[in-house]
Amino acid sequence: MSNTNANAGQPARLQLLRVLGPAHIWALGVGIVLVGEYMGWNFSVGKGGMIAGLVACWVAGLLYTCVAMIDSEVTSTVAAAGGQYAQAKHIVGPLMAFNVGLFLVMAYTMLEAGNAITIGFLLDTVAGLQGHSGLNQQPFIVLAIMFLAWLNYRGVLATLTFNLVITAIAFLAIITLFLVVQMGGSAVPLDFSAVTTDPMPYGWVGIIAALHFGLWFYLGIEGTCQAAEEVRSPARSLPYGTMAGIMTLLIAATMTWYVCSGLIPWEYLGQAGTPLFDAARVTGNSSLMVLLFVGTMFSTLASANGCINDASRAWFSMGRDRYLPIWFGAVHPVYRTPYRSIVFLVPIALIFALGAPLDQVVTFSILSGLLGYTFMTFNMVMFRNKWPLGSIKRGYVHPFHPLPTIVLLLLCGTAYFAVFLGYGTQLIAMTGFYIVASLWFHFRRYRYVRRGDQFTMPWPRPEGY
Amino acid sequence: MDTWNILEYAAWALSALFAILMLSDMARIDTTYDNDLLTSSREGEIEAEAERHVI
Repeated sequence: MSNTNANAGQPARLQLLRVLGPAHIWALGVGIVLVGEYMGWNFSVGKGGMIAGLVACWVAGLLYTCVAMIDSEVTSTVAAAGGQYAQAKHIVGPLMAFNVGLFLVMAYTMLEAGNAITIGFLLDTVAGLQGHSGLNQQPFIVLAIMFLAWLNYRGVLATLTFNLVITAIAFLAIITLFLVVQMGGSAVPLDFSAVTTDPMPYGWVGIIAALHFGLWFYLGIEGTCQAAEEVRSPARSLPYGTMAGIMTLLIAATMTWYVCSGLIPWEYLGQAGTPLFDAARVTGNSSLMVLLFVGTMFSTLASANGCINDASRAWFSMGRDRYLPIWFGAVHPVYRTPYRSIVFLVPIALIFALGAPLDQVVTFSILSGLLGYTFMTFNMVMFRNKWPLGSIKRGYVHPFHPLPTIVLLLLCGTAYFAVFLGYGTQLIAMTGFYIVASLWFHFRRYRYVRRGDQFTMPWPRPEGY
Repeated sequence: MDTWNILEYAAWALSALFAILMLSDMARIDTTYDNDLLTSSREGEIEAEAERHVI
């Protein structure tokens, strides 16, 4: 069998295929996130005005820069599929790992469902513009999920090369819009007068409430580390791709705020469904309109595509460690993908995409992500304490420790408060779900885990143990 | 029936096609290969082979 790894005296094993480079990591991270520039972030403007949108953009940018730095260090050292799940397993313990694995699967599957709903909405809008009212969105939602699941099933290289191309086009569309508007190509001039005439319409509470939606600019960049087992050089590619990704997003987010806030009155911008596309419509340039519509579609597809990739890797890793039935830990012998996990998550994504409203789906995704970021803070502290610098090889060492961790924890606390202001019931429901799942894992599932097999890093004994 | 109605049917048909492609291949693989081989993947292979974590 040519598709297996076999050393002399050892049985043949199927492994995920190591074919990815830094560009694919960039495409995975930015691909998942860039849709947040095309829609969603602008509700922060509705919550607190134009300045609140900018504050949310940069404060969330700071939060995610901390996430990217911390993640780069830990992931370049714990290079395994499952990303933060594998980190939690090695650094904190099994119960934390189980929860983090669930955070990841829920965050990405919900985001995938949200993206599929958005694709249906976009096509409905186009059909409406062409005079066809009442488009049945369901077949397009189902097709988006089925096609991307099939692409993921067939191989990771094609999947993320596809993501690289469509993400690059979506990013270049934002750059093009910015340059055209800056060079006077818009029928409507940029107008920032609201910054002085109506700076904080809802006061400081509005600015804090805006932070919830500021997360949309960057939500998912930490997904880069799910590809750890499929990159050729994890210690180099993961930090490089992740840090390049967060820099790309900081640029894209600032340009997006600048163009949209300058072209669209904040009262309208705060409720717009597709702010970048609407900004292109305001310019009166039909080529820009087409480009930004394509960018919106591509960014949505890229996000759903990356989410399928990441959710399936997290589910696969949990199955492989018997945190879930081992059946999910299978690798396709030809395509070398976690094919059972990919197929299993399809109906779950379809249930949420066809049966739940968009804002609820995205809120559950954000909450799961936020729980994951909170985990990263004490995970980082424990990692440095148990294995101090110099005790193990790290692909990347992030500077100023523990400052990024403290900043991240503070910002997470603020974001929880911001979410609670708008979606307190969902926050409590989601917490209850994870408590019930933890009880099930502790009392029912953990007995099936092969405890000695789950720790795979050839590290020395941790400090203090 | 306008273009969008035709596209709706085409989307359903393509969705069914992709689902059949995945499910039929999964059934073929699961019946052709031994489950122990399919679930033989282990975490940390690259670390075991390439890195000793010795400074």
